[in-house]
Amino acid sequence: MGLEIIKPGLLTTLQDKGRYGHQKEGIITSGAMDTFASRVANMLAGNPEHEAVLEITLIGPTIRFTEDQLIALTGADLSAELNGEKLRLWRPYFVKSGSILSFGAPQSGCRAYMAVSGGFDIPQVMGSYATYLQAGIGGYQGRALQASDFIPCNSPTATGIALFSQATGTTDGHDYLAATWTPDPQFYPNYKPNPTLRAIKGPEFELFSDTSQEQIWVERFQVSSQSDRMGYRLQGVSLYLNEATELISTAVTFGTVQVPPEGKPIVLMADHQTTGGYPRILQVISVDLPILAQVAPGQTIAFEEVSLEEAQQLYIRQEQNLTQLAHAIHLKHSK
Amino acid sequence: MKQKDMQLFRLYPLGDSAITVQFGDSIDEATHTKVRAFSTYLDRHPFTGFREQVPAFNTVTVYYDPWQASERGFYNPYTRVTDQLQHMLKVARENGKGTKPRVVEIPVCYNGSFGPDLEYVARHTKLTPQEVIASHVRGKYQVYMIGFAPGFPYLGGMAKKLATPRKQNPRPRIPAGSVGIAGGQTGIYPIETPGGWQLIGRTPLRLFDPDREQPSLLQAGDQVKFVAISEKEYWQRKEKSHGA
Repeated sequence: MGLEIIKPGLLTTLQDKGRYGHQKEGIITSGAMDTFASRVANMLAGNPEHEAVLEITLIGPTIRFTEDQLIALTGADLSAELNGEKLRLWRPYFVKSGSILSFGAPQSGCRAYMAVSGGFDIPQVMGSYATYLQAGIGGYQGRALQASDFIPCNSPTATGIALFSQATGTTDGHDYLAATWTPDPQFYPNYKPNPTLRAIKGPEFELFSDTSQEQIWVERFQVSSQSDRMGYRLQGVSLYLNEATELISTAVTFGTVQVPPEGKPIVLMADHQTTGGYPRILQVISVDLPILAQVAPGQTIAFEEVSLEEAQQLYIRQEQNLTQLAHAIHLKHSK
Repeated sequence: MKQKDMQLFRLYPLGDSAITVQFGDSIDEATHTKVRAFSTYLDRHPFTGFREQVPAFNTVTVYYDPWQASERGFYNPYTRVTDQLQHMLKVARENGKGTKPRVVEIPVCYNGSFGPDLEYVARHTKLTPQEVIASHVRGKYQVYMIGFAPGFPYLGGMAKKLATPRKQNPRPRIPAGSVGIAGGQTGIYPIETPGGWQLIGRTPLRLFDPDREQPSLLQAGDQVKFVAISEKEYWQRKEKSHGA
């Protein structure tokens, strides 16, 4: 069983939680840009967290299901339709063989995630399913999906099947069956356009001029069209160091805001290089990275300071929420 | 902890899920010996919530999961990890004493088409091509960091007289294995990419192979020795290392 790709969309790749343990060899982590939405997609499909999901960017693909399938779609609202009828996000769906999933105009957000129950039947490379586009490894043949690809899927998990057991019987004249429940949206990150992201000061914050130190917290920056999975380039005021300083290259990470000499900040995203030598003015906190991942080029963002302690408390709270959500889903299928 | 030990390193957060340990303020072998000792120790003694570590010139960055590291919210994650790292830094220093770096020999064919910029480098450095090769082979190179691309080594230790600026117009495609010079640095391209380095030779070895247990041939902390080989040897070695 599997997915037939009729149209590939703008950039559709297989991703997971990321490829860890090889950054010291210059191998980037890759992985889903919005890890919250991708994790919940897997939960709703009854999958373990490490399974691969489809990351769908702005203009979605057209996909034909070759067999009955249990799926869940989360993240951006890209006007998904099943056989021409609107498909609702953040809930499990039973889809009949031959059904067509298509997308229309982006309504909100930038990246949608689709999990299939049982996961995709693709090989792991260096312990991960994530597509590493620049090196051509991982995911489906190391690249973005193309028309007439066939992506093999595993059989649905027992959990996935059980999630639908209360709803069997009738598909009510449709070719699909949607679960009647969805997780409480209060658990979700505060997804919205033109967001203000929480950040802590970066290691080189104090090296910036007083004006730049002030501006980074008050100005708004526009996400330029030259933004991708590697990084978001920001347009707006230019930021400068007190004096030109040559830094020794060191590690950088997802959410690092670095400033090259011309003064325009870059926020490093999921496909960031492992090391860098530009001064790091800020670090976006982990729980706000899913919000940033949903920002499309052209939108504006701003930064708001929080302490490291707050950032970590928010991280812990989000994990507690996800644990609770996993527990609630477990109760659904054990009823 | 003794005052003397404290001066040897500095810890700072890189966001909410990483901590950087900095040893010294310069690029030198003594600093990097500490980097290597700590980085090796960490991989052998991972703590709860440890994700991975990345050694660089004068730092080791430690990535962790605050949820796991805090024992699911029981401890303050940063304090918890910092305490453990402080302890490990002390032990790693003791353990690291006297360990020798691994020496990796890289065969390089400096002939003709493999080193299209050898003539240029010779002219720029006012040496003969043979002298450039002899000097490049004589050096002992320290792998300070792997970064920029999978398996790409940042090497220290090239003779100052070989320094040659990058090309004005970068090549759109540089074959994997190319050995080049850019300013005062020498390096090896692990995968085919565009680039502006002056190319003086090529190695038949694969610096990056995703199917190998250790995908990157070189690791931070290794020492590299270049060995000149003939074109015939190049093709023989290439067949071997690429499994024909």
